[in-house]
Amino acid sequence: MPAPLAVIALVGRLTVLFALLMLVPLAFAWFNHDRAEHAFVVSTLITAVAGLSMSLATRRFRRELQVKDGFVLVSLTWTVLPAFAALPLMMAIPGLSFTDAYFETMSGITTTGATVIVGLDQLPLSVNVWRCLLVLVGGLGIIVLAVAILPLLGVGGAQLFKAETAGPMKDQKLTPRIADTARGLWGVYFGLALACTLAFRWAGMSWSDAFMHMCATMGLGGFSSHDQSFGYWNSPVIEAVAVVFMMLSGVNFGLYFVATKRRSLRVLWVNAEVRAYVVVMAASVLLIAVYLLAHGTYGSLAEALRHAMFNVVSIATTTGFASLDYAQWPVFVPMCMLLLGCFATCAGSTGGGVKMVRMLLLVKQSHRELVRIVHPSVVNPVVLGGEAVSARVMQSVIAFMMIYGASLTALSMVLVFAGLEPVTAFSAVIACLNNIGPGLGEVGPAGNYQGLSDFQTWVCTFAMLLGRLELLSLLVLFTPQFWRR
Amino acid sequence: MKIVILGAGRVGESVAESLVSERNDITVIDTDPARLQALQDRLDLRGVVGNGIQPSVLREAGIEDADMLIACAPLDETNLVVCKIAHDLFNVPTTIARIRSPEFETGAPLLEKTGFAVDQVICPEQSVTAYVRKLVRYPQALQVLEFADGLVSLIAVRAVAGGPLVMHGLAEIPSLVPDVEMRIVAIYRQDKALTELIGTTRIEPGDEVFVLAATREISTVLGALRKMDRPVRRLMIAGGGKVGLRLAREIHAEYQIKIIEFNPARCNYLATQLPPDVLVLNGDATDEDLMTEENVADMDLFLALTSDDENNIMACLLAKRLGAHRVFALINRRAYADLVQGSQIDIAISPAHAVIGELLAFVRRGDVAAVHSLRRGAAEALEVVVRGDRKTCKVAGRRIDEIGLPDGAQIGAIVRTIHDAEGTREVIIPHHDTVIRTDDHVIVFVPHKRMVREVEKLFQVSATFLF
Repeated sequence: MPAPLAVIALVGRLTVLFALLMLVPLAFAWFNHDRAEHAFVVSTLITAVAGLSMSLATRRFRRELQVKDGFVLVSLTWTVLPAFAALPLMMAIPGLSFTDAYFETMSGITTTGATVIVGLDQLPLSVNVWRCLLVLVGGLGIIVLAVAILPLLGVGGAQLFKAETAGPMKDQKLTPRIADTARGLWGVYFGLALACTLAFRWAGMSWSDAFMHMCATMGLGGFSSHDQSFGYWNSPVIEAVAVVFMMLSGVNFGLYFVATKRRSLRVLWVNAEVRAYVVVMAASVLLIAVYLLAHGTYGSLAEALRHAMFNVVSIATTTGFASLDYAQWPVFVPMCMLLLGCFATCAGSTGGGVKMVRMLLLVKQSHRELVRIVHPSVVNPVVLGGEAVSARVMQSVIAFMMIYGASLTALSMVLVFAGLEPVTAFSAVIACLNNIGPGLGEVGPAGNYQGLSDFQTWVCTFAMLLGRLELLSLLVLFTPQFWRR
Repeated sequence: MKIVILGAGRVGESVAESLVSERNDITVIDTDPARLQALQDRLDLRGVVGNGIQPSVLREAGIEDADMLIACAPLDETNLVVCKIAHDLFNVPTTIARIRSPEFETGAPLLEKTGFAVDQVICPEQSVTAYVRKLVRYPQALQVLEFADGLVSLIAVRAVAGGPLVMHGLAEIPSLVPDVEMRIVAIYRQDKALTELIGTTRIEPGDEVFVLAATREISTVLGALRKMDRPVRRLMIAGGGKVGLRLAREIHAEYQIKIIEFNPARCNYLATQLPPDVLVLNGDATDEDLMTEENVADMDLFLALTSDDENNIMACLLAKRLGAHRVFALINRRAYADLVQGSQIDIAISPAHAVIGELLAFVRRGDVAAVHSLRRGAAEALEVVVRGDRKTCKVAGRRIDEIGLPDGAQIGAIVRTIHDAEGTREVIIPHHDTVIRTDDHVIVFVPHKRMVREVEKLFQVSATFLF
């Protein structure tokens, strides 16, 4: 039986920290006098007070958390923090409902990048900074979650790499190894973030734009301070920088951590998942560029490659930036991009979706079954990185895929039931469940989620949360067994 | 020569067996008195019971004046330590260790005199794998042995009617297969060597012919003595032990391989260790249904490589009956090997002989670069480096017909370094008037083991050379 009160005590402390994070946009607001100072001051106070009172009211119940509490903690964190994050948006943007504000912050913190706000260019700078900062923090949270915490709970793709990663991850003890691991991961993450900011600035963005887009890139979120997203600059150099860092962020951060520890990039090169990720990305970009060229969308291969590269990488890594309205391309291409977004990124990265490692295992498993039909006595366990994958893990992967398929269908049906047109409904669920951002139709790269009714918005919000927490760690809370004493 | 052997296991036993017949003074150390007793009863050697890493036990075995120590205990660790002790404490000139781990190779810094002091590493699994690999590559050959770093090969092949040379005299060879230099060094008919090979000697079907030729000519030589089969593409290995695994790992790129292994856990291990194009099957190689189901009839080659002789023989017989093209069995017991060779089973592979050559090179006097034991130890082929000059050596600077080799022994090939910029080495198939020079590598075929001493003496540099 989990202890919700002990968890709330911890969430309270996290909320106080979160209030401190609000000081960043507050500082931006202060120096720019961008009419959002008031909103941030009030929200910071509310958040801090709420966090403190949560923490104080439950301090008698504080205790060492159990593994089961972890599920509650994770789900609660990812639902409570967006609520507080929504406060400044509601206050700074007139007419924004709580539903929409919560959708927006959930989209940020789950690094989805779907937006309900039109007129981003006219928003106060601090509000845009806050939206983007949520993506950065969400990305950080998810890496630590995926690499350090989810494996302990027995879900998430990163557990498959337990054997491959170095010392700290092999150990099953929660403390202090996790703290150690988390610190290392943060180091890598912030190192890359700094490099990304400098690169964007060098490529021609303003400092604040460079910072905001760095946040959105590192978290593979895809928020932008411009309605046109990267189309605002129309600069090949900026797009190239973004492509590089999106690709980097799509790799298991645990591997970077190991690579820096061993001072060798070999870990990355020999990793089966990373290889598959790079190959799939490169092949898709080439295929789509050639397809666009053949269809006469672009006159030259160079132009086709440039646009295909940026948009395909953006959607496939579940970022969701757009440099143009790719929905205008032949319909095969956006469909293909969305499909890639469902599985291309590596487990332990900031990307969403099924994750490449599960896809690899499924492909291998299918091949295995086919061989088995021809040779009944064959012994061919699924091998990943030189080690046999246990039947237990395979089962959990298959279960994940079933739940994934079921969620996809069920949520789409709910949206269609709620009156949404099927292409929009289906693509919106894919885009939210995989934390991509833009879908097709009404929610495509040129439109956004503003047109959705409140109910539809809540469904999409739930889909984002569900996808981000790798389905199982959220759904387990809905089973009666979990709460039984 | 005084030789101390540590460990009376399978390797130790076969090493002792091959060395004992050459008037070597052999002492075997083992912890198991029963084993030693059995060995002593069978072979003329001394047994010492005890733990070989204790200097007192080694001393009792007479290590102080031993010329060589061969450590073949089951554990790598023991072998390494014993070599170190023998070198540091007793100054044994030559130490040889059986090491299973592929991470130690002859010449590694760790094995030098300041390290573990191992002069030569032997790894039976590796030797057998290399040996089998050759046979897979040239499935028509009974044996392919390399000399002079692989430049020259000695090929044993059974002549089959239809080959261009079969039913012809040896003198006709140059006219029948021009462009290829080869030398037939011995012909065995019904297991007896023909005493004299002259121009009119005919090669008959069923003869076991030993030919020396440059390695690149192997296929031509084989084609001359029997019709060429289609090249091997599909092969089945029964037994996924160390040899089976090593072999599959080395050759999987060139062949379609199926491995049958009885132990499910081992199967899993094999499947993780081998690339996915190697099919690992769980089952018994003597299970007719499994074999039929896996199309043994379409196999170009069936290799039984388990550690059990009887199983290997039965699996091979079954595979042959079900239609496998050629079947090879790994057979440890000499009696079995003699029994089945040339019957239904095409080749009986003897692990002991694969490894013994490496040891013999150390036992032989003179500057011997390589030795291969043939026909299960009855005959031998040596690669000797000629030292000295006409005055000090009975070979250097002389024509071949002046040397006076024992009857039947033949110089089959000479590898000579041309002193140009690259140091190219050429292979010469000599005639009776070819003059041997200093520093030539001469490959001598010796049909009977008892002649080895005589040949050794010929090549030894006399004492006057030193002054």
